[in-house]
Amino acid sequence: MTLVIKQEKPKSTFSKIVEIISTMASRPSGLIGLIILVFHVTLAITSPLYVPHDYKAIDPSLMLQAPSSEYWFGTDSLGRDVFTRTILGGRTALTVTFFGSLIALLWGGALGIFCGLVGGKIDDVVMRIIDAFLSIPWILAMLLIVSLLGTSTIVLIPALGFFYGKGIVRVARAATHDVIAKDFIVSARARGHGNFSIIWNEILPNVRDAIMVEGAMRWSWMLLGFSSLSFLGFGVSPPTPDWGLMISNARGLMSFAYWAVLAPIFGLSSLIIGINLTADAFAKALGIDRSTKAPV
Amino acid sequence: MQQVVQEIKNLSIGFTSKKGEQISILKNISTTINKGETVGIVGESGSGKSTLALAMMGYVKHGLFTISGECIYQSNDILKMKNRELENIRGRKIAMIPQNAGQSLTPNLKIGYQIDEALRLHTNFQKEDRDVKISELLNKVRLPSPETIAKRYPHELSGGQQQRVAVAMALAGSPDLLLLDEPTTGLDVTTQAHVLELLNFIAKDTGTSMVYVSHDLGAIAQVSDRVIVMYSGEIVLDGPVRTILKNPIHPYTYGLLKSIPKLTLSGLPNSMSGSQPQPGTIKEGCSFYDRCEFAEDKCKINSPELEFVSDLNTSVRCFNHKKLHKKKDEDTKSSKKVLRKLTKNEILDISSVSISYAKQKFIEQLLNKIDDTNPTVKDINIKIDKGETLALVGESGSGKSTILKSIAGLIKAKDGIIKFDKNKILSNDLKKRDANYLRAIQLIFQNPDESLNPNHTVEEIVSQPLKLYFGLSGNELKQKIIEVLKKVRLGEFYLTRYPRQLSGGEKQRVAVARAFAAKPDIILCDEVTSALDVSVQAAVLNLLQELKVDFGTTYIFVSHDLAVVKAISDRVAVLYQGRLCEIGPSESVYKFPSHPYTEVLLGAVLEPDPDIKPKLVAEDIVEEKPPEKGCSFQGRCPRLLGQICKTDVPPWQIDENGNAIRCHIKINDLKNQQISN
Repeated sequence: MTLVIKQEKPKSTFSKIVEIISTMASRPSGLIGLIILVFHVTLAITSPLYVPHDYKAIDPSLMLQAPSSEYWFGTDSLGRDVFTRTILGGRTALTVTFFGSLIALLWGGALGIFCGLVGGKIDDVVMRIIDAFLSIPWILAMLLIVSLLGTSTIVLIPALGFFYGKGIVRVARAATHDVIAKDFIVSARARGHGNFSIIWNEILPNVRDAIMVEGAMRWSWMLLGFSSLSFLGFGVSPPTPDWGLMISNARGLMSFAYWAVLAPIFGLSSLIIGINLTADAFAKALGIDRSTKAPV
Repeated sequence: MQQVVQEIKNLSIGFTSKKGEQISILKNISTTINKGETVGIVGESGSGKSTLALAMMGYVKHGLFTISGECIYQSNDILKMKNRELENIRGRKIAMIPQNAGQSLTPNLKIGYQIDEALRLHTNFQKEDRDVKISELLNKVRLPSPETIAKRYPHELSGGQQQRVAVAMALAGSPDLLLLDEPTTGLDVTTQAHVLELLNFIAKDTGTSMVYVSHDLGAIAQVSDRVIVMYSGEIVLDGPVRTILKNPIHPYTYGLLKSIPKLTLSGLPNSMSGSQPQPGTIKEGCSFYDRCEFAEDKCKINSPELEFVSDLNTSVRCFNHKKLHKKKDEDTKSSKKVLRKLTKNEILDISSVSISYAKQKFIEQLLNKIDDTNPTVKDINIKIDKGETLALVGESGSGKSTILKSIAGLIKAKDGIIKFDKNKILSNDLKKRDANYLRAIQLIFQNPDESLNPNHTVEEIVSQPLKLYFGLSGNELKQKIIEVLKKVRLGEFYLTRYPRQLSGGEKQRVAVARAFAAKPDIILCDEVTSALDVSVQAAVLNLLQELKVDFGTTYIFVSHDLAVVKAISDRVAVLYQGRLCEIGPSESVYKFPSHPYTEVLLGAVLEPDPDIKPKLVAEDIVEEKPPEKGCSFQGRCPRLLGQICKTDVPPWQIDENGNAIRCHIKINDLKNQQISN
């Protein structure tokens, strides 16, 4: 018997990641997204090493200067360099939302798979609770939490992670429902595998992609949410630079010092666009069509 | 000169691969469909038969395109027509009947409305005339009381009735050509026989030409005048049905016919090695070269042309067809069936098992019992000896898979006891079963695409039972996996493959390997061959047989295909509506006397021989629920005795061959009646 099928070498995890990234970069939108994202992440990590000015140096004589060769993006109402503050402004937001979405991914994915697997009454009760939470305006709930527990990162990360994980529960549950009826699950049950083994070995490899893509999408939404909190004064406390806070401080002066608002807006929106494009390209590279799956 | 309905000239259809190569799915197809003729197109999955049928109505699937050639209908090439022009032809002149009528009918519109719609589009009748025509069409497809059927929704009809409605809709425009794509594949055997008989009647009655696409040579034999055999996108054989099926002069058809299990044969059919090449992989030579028993060196380099053999009126694509021409009646028998060693060592005892799907009421949940006087499966008593192959046979809804699942512990039985190895009671709760009993009973499923995790490699799949039951790891585990794979004739290099990189037969072998890795005593096979192509089916059956000889495993084999069952089983149990009808050694179940239901089933089996017609004994009504009282088969029984069948459960009667039949008719009367038929 001769074999027609080509012999394929086993792939290491590393080569799989390289393959996914190169597939993502093969489309213009994916390439742009990746470039923006990598640019922002690099900036967030390395910017303290080369900022031109001190981000908290107040100088009343330099108030609201227009962009110049010394102050590329001009200065704000306290005479601080807007360029310096803009490239530093994404650090907190990126860190908080990255870990926040990791937490969302973990608890949302775990609960979703569990509900999808056990089904029945437990599933019903948990899903109704999730529905109830979905109906609460998250920003009100966040304001409540933050005013009770303070605005430290330790509070913000799990709070955001909790609120953005609800949607992931639904996606993970739906993806689990797709696989649960398949015979390989029945086969595993008949062999006598426990629930944990079935989740880890049989379900997780089949729902992982869907959950990860959803997590990436949630990241960009969470970034917007976190900046809204900062804008309202509940996120990052001054004088730490942050886009949401910068927009909030400079918005009253927009008519004559537009640069102080435009710079952080540009920073925030480019990062969100970058994450969105990357997440879409990621989904396409994994073969998941997001248009058919409702996010919430 | 016969009138030609459609002429296909040199047609090639293909796609462009990722690398930019042009790959053909159909290669230079040329044939004609004459008026009033029924042409069967047969081939395994991936042979291009559906693509050809779709091209005949001017449709090329998205992603494919016409490379060359034309499809001429009324002196126009329909592949070049615009959508407007095609609208006038499709449905009106060339109609199609799809495989799954249940899915092709709109679920929220009444049957009458849907046929009316077809009539409005394809004819110029007025409203009153159309109403008459609807009844006429429903009558023609032999649906009982057309007026009531027209007022029903598709889901209120059975599969066979839905298929009949699809036929009625296709006939609405009185087409010249009717294309049927696997129209009976999803149907039960008895229903299938009825639908085929109807199609034959319509072909004669209306003079419509038909093109019947199927993988099932049995069905093709019943309806076709002419058969086209396709392999890898090429026509390899084209000729009258009798010549093709009785004197196949192409090695592929020859092998294919030998690999079909038949009722007239005892033992397993011969298998054909290998599988059909992927499109684009054969660059030169005959596409069947790899699998051909008669291949010579010249076949590897030169591709044979279609050659007309005038004394058989057949076209064939093979250099060596003359060899096969002479090789007529040799080795038609292949008795490889291993006789069971009569050990009388009972391994499984199923006694008075009933299974209910009724939903428990709240109080019943508290008391942990089910109150259902008419359960789906009732009163099953079967004892199985070690090393035996028991087949459970019946149509869909007969409860055969349900019984299998309750043996595996996946469904809780309502009543009854299942004992393993003489005296060990198997709990009906999977979680309470001892790990050793779980190991002892393994399942193989129908569709390997569903039963193998797509994200696991073959190594991971086969390692699951080894890790779970024997705690193997590391090198020892790997050695064991290789050993198990070797037993199912798969080499070591399969370890790193994913299921999607395997062919259907290879996938099922992996599933078999996984089951055998647990060193089971009993293997439950749930329709293990019905998702496979015929040539692959024979190979899997042979493999199961060989493994049984090596390991002394007991099989419980569920199937709807009586010919397959005959080939592999020692004992057969026939089920109807979850009740046992007949059980006995397989030789005697296939002989008279039989339970009337077995008789109906046997009569409906399609043989790949146009001269053996199925006997249609009973009506093909579908019953939703088993009757409350009396014999389970009373609703369809052609030999109904009278009131007694409706009130009393029939007694078991045993004939001289050890065949137990549950019927009110005395066993000798039954025999006499059936033989005189």
